[in-house]
Amino acid sequence: MRFQPVIGLEVHVQLKTDSKIFCGCSTRFGAEPNLNTCPVCLALPGALPVLNQKVVEFAIMAGLATNCSISPTNIFARKNYFYPDLPKGYQISQFDLPICLAGHLDIAVGDQTKRIGITRIHMEEDAGKLVHGQGGGSGVDLNRAGTPLLEVVSEPDMRTADEAVAYLKKLYQIVTYLGICDGNMEEGSFRCDANVSVMPVGSGTFGTRAEIKNVNSFKFVKAAIEYEIARQCELIEDGGKVVQETRLFDPNKGVTRSMRGKEEAHDYRYFPDPDLVPVVISDDWIKRVKNELPELPEVKFNRFLTEYSLPEYDADVLTSSRPLADYFEQCAQTCNNAKAAANWVMGELTRSLNDNGIAIEDSPVSPAQLAGLIKLIDGGTISGTIAKKVFEDLWKNGGEAAAIVEQQGLAQVSDTGAIETAIDQIMAANMGQVEEYRGGKDKVFGFFVGQVMKAMKGKANPAVVNDLLKQKLAG
Amino acid sequence: MELYEQTIHNLQTQLQARQVSSVEITNSFLDRIESTDQSINAFITVTKEQALLDAAAADQRIAAGNCAPLTGIPVALKDIFLTEGVRTTCASKMLDNFIAPYDATAWTRMKSQGAVLLGKLNQDEFAMGSSCENSAFGPTRNPWNKDHIPGGSSGGSAAAIAAQQAVATLGTDTGGSIRQPASHCGCVGLKPTYGRVSRYGVIAYASSLDQVGPMTRDVTDAALLLGVIAGYDPKDSTSVDCPVPDYTAALQQGVKGLTIGLPKEYFIDGLDADVQQAMEQAIAVYRQLGAEFVEVSLPHTNYAVATYYLIATAEASSNLARYEGVRFGHRAKDTAGLIDLMMQSRSEGFGAEVKRRIMLGTYALSSGYYDAYYIKAQKVRTLIQQDFSEAFRSVDLLLTPVAPTPAFRIGEKTADPLQMYLSDIFTIPVNLAGICGISVPAGISSNGLPIGLQLLGRPFGEETILRAAFDFEQATQWHTKKAAL
Amino acid sequence: MSINQHEIEHVAKLARLTLRDDEKQLFTGQMEAILAYVETLNELNTDDIAPTSHAVPMENAFRPDCVAPSIGHDRALANAPDKNETYFRVPPVIE
Repeated sequence: MRFQPVIGLEVHVQLKTDSKIFCGCSTRFGAEPNLNTCPVCLALPGALPVLNQKVVEFAIMAGLATNCSISPTNIFARKNYFYPDLPKGYQISQFDLPICLAGHLDIAVGDQTKRIGITRIHMEEDAGKLVHGQGGGSGVDLNRAGTPLLEVVSEPDMRTADEAVAYLKKLYQIVTYLGICDGNMEEGSFRCDANVSVMPVGSGTFGTRAEIKNVNSFKFVKAAIEYEIARQCELIEDGGKVVQETRLFDPNKGVTRSMRGKEEAHDYRYFPDPDLVPVVISDDWIKRVKNELPELPEVKFNRFLTEYSLPEYDADVLTSSRPLADYFEQCAQTCNNAKAAANWVMGELTRSLNDNGIAIEDSPVSPAQLAGLIKLIDGGTISGTIAKKVFEDLWKNGGEAAAIVEQQGLAQVSDTGAIETAIDQIMAANMGQVEEYRGGKDKVFGFFVGQVMKAMKGKANPAVVNDLLKQKLAG
Repeated sequence: MELYEQTIHNLQTQLQARQVSSVEITNSFLDRIESTDQSINAFITVTKEQALLDAAAADQRIAAGNCAPLTGIPVALKDIFLTEGVRTTCASKMLDNFIAPYDATAWTRMKSQGAVLLGKLNQDEFAMGSSCENSAFGPTRNPWNKDHIPGGSSGGSAAAIAAQQAVATLGTDTGGSIRQPASHCGCVGLKPTYGRVSRYGVIAYASSLDQVGPMTRDVTDAALLLGVIAGYDPKDSTSVDCPVPDYTAALQQGVKGLTIGLPKEYFIDGLDADVQQAMEQAIAVYRQLGAEFVEVSLPHTNYAVATYYLIATAEASSNLARYEGVRFGHRAKDTAGLIDLMMQSRSEGFGAEVKRRIMLGTYALSSGYYDAYYIKAQKVRTLIQQDFSEAFRSVDLLLTPVAPTPAFRIGEKTADPLQMYLSDIFTIPVNLAGICGISVPAGISSNGLPIGLQLLGRPFGEETILRAAFDFEQATQWHTKKAAL
Repeated sequence: MSINQHEIEHVAKLARLTLRDDEKQLFTGQMEAILAYVETLNELNTDDIAPTSHAVPMENAFRPDCVAPSIGHDRALANAPDKNETYFRVPPVIE
């Protein structure tokens, strides 16, 4: 039997607000346990929730960026269940009237574009954390309780693990571009649950699905989904039935496992939260948010192709994150050489950032400084080789490229007289190689170039060296 | 007249004239509590030391000329209000050892004026009850006759006024829990419009029905206290942002020219004879005062109790989920793992009525029953609210009895919860509709128990019901009758 | 509407309550009576009626995205039945 996998994804996006969704506690990650708490997020008797307006703004932004319709009236509902990391014994979420509905994302599948539907996006609060090994018990830390989340639910439109990853990457790019999520997957800012089922090829009925919860990297999502598809196919082929259940992915063993200790399906008893009032979103509000939306990745990509005449590969890399795109653009506009800016950003800069584990926002070399360097190259003041040294200097010590070149006397020599003299000296000292070259061994040219550059301490203008060498060697 | 027999406004005058100090007044009440509460059991916690410190501070404030309406006035609060640093139990074993880490907004407003806290008052556990018999700390007894209930759930708050143990108290009202005990104990009890007073720091029972209100000796005090606690609170999303009028100024306007509606569904054959008589006499008084009467109909009245017991219990079942022995409150010992810990803690911590309502509410929300019970009830609620809106098109306020009978005997209705629920028929619809209501003393029954009358107003129509209540009170002086302890 | 003891047990489990046998019996009877009573609501045709969640119509109660001081460890953990330094402690949870 041949099987067709069916995949739907639910992503929890932690929103980059300063305070929690229903109280003023800080959302800052990594604080001492239970430090960022108050009666509301501790669920003390008598505490009441009040909605953070920014969460609504961010939700509208996410909805607009994913082509959703924004619900004019939306309601919060209580999702009731007991767990120690859920202090109220219910999670405030949205059920019947979520803030966004019926959107989509387009992903690249090989050469094709595939549209993945987004069923809904809703606002909700995060739970706290359970920590094990607390003197024979588990510890409850409620710092995270009340952090605002957007839950993005896709239609079950994906058919392969690769499509799933492509969708996730696209969604990730959008929410980080919008500035509504910090994208820190290790800290849990972007969490994915995958619903996976298989059905016989050609069948119209979806099979029973299993839910793989809380996968926190694109690599693991791919592995988890592929494993689960294989597991389900094998199970059915052996005559078994897929059970609707929650599973966890074990990245060490590369398998999914049924979650232990989960009893029968929860009855969440959703009902509208009486402590909160409806959120009414006017057309004017939506319009304002739309006007203030930052440029989205797809639009930026296309603009980079036309405005900067960049090849697709470059545009793709440079628009992969907004800080990178912003850096590139600032640099390109300052030095007026987009291709050079692209090369330097994707090359030296990225390499240095990665080697030192630094994010581009914290780069010691600013776009303006890099632009200054590029201008010197374009103006013929320094060679490409020297430029690399200057870059290192900028990185370590800061300053301006022009000043460094002057202080260290790194300006390249284009004076033909000096170069000719050097060439003559080298040719005189290496008559053997001159003969070889003239005898047809073209490779020896490189040797001469190297020698000239060495003699001139790398400062000779390479183009001039090439020309003159060719002339002189020709005899 | 003893200090403990006086009203806020009388004491205020004397304090400002330096005829008496807050410490003297406070001591008068503390002595009164000590000598009477053994047999009444209105108080769960008496905060004697703090009260005297607060009183001394108030006296300094008065001396500095910095007087507010409640400065130096000794009050007590239903134990449902969080009072920072003070034990707050909600009359439940679940919170027996809970020390509130913050103040309820309503209390903050009183405290910042320099009110003196005498202590925390008994109630039905988690505000679930109409008799104050569902308390983990024993029932409160009606000061008018100690074999009878004081009413509930704010039984302690009403009894404390009747026994003159505090000048004024705060209660909460979800289905009548201020008005009914006020009626049974011969004091004034006001349930403001939903959203008028902040619910922040008030232990939640049914979020869409709960309201905070004053319970006092007379209408003037109620108007005064309402003015202190009312108003928008950014910490409560259901708090309404509209101006707070001077409620005491409204009192003098009297009732002449107002049209009062008599809902025929409330004047039924089953009314106790004494209650019937008190209503008739009250209507006669109002006619003399210049009010006009019109019969109106609130056709969905008889569905209110059923509606309430689905909505309130559903909300309560969710609101009480936070009591599971993890972060505060009662935790059972010797349990086998986490789920067992939660189950045992809750089962040990909650009394029978609370468990019953949690069960009912959970059932009403559960899969397969949600539409039939919870949604159905919310739809009938719409009809009930529409009844009132319709009636208020032709009248300024409504007059009704508060309860079908005066206070019944302790233990009389505990065997049959449904019978207990049905006795709230006249007060429950008010909470469902969110409108305001006040209970004022209107008579004494043939066996010496108080009978109250209820005035109902439009949303934010507190001024209208207060002025009608004031006129009646001044004309009849029922509020001057005191329980002989 | 009759409710049997099995359903009572299921609801009790959902609500995290343990009932003794005598309580189960008592509650079953009492709840049956109450549920029978609330059936009266079905006498009303509410097909075209919208449910009321809030008695007084309100919308858009917001707060700005500003950090307010938290209450601090001492107050947060003050009423904890069991704690370990900065954590609330519960029996070990297996996930």
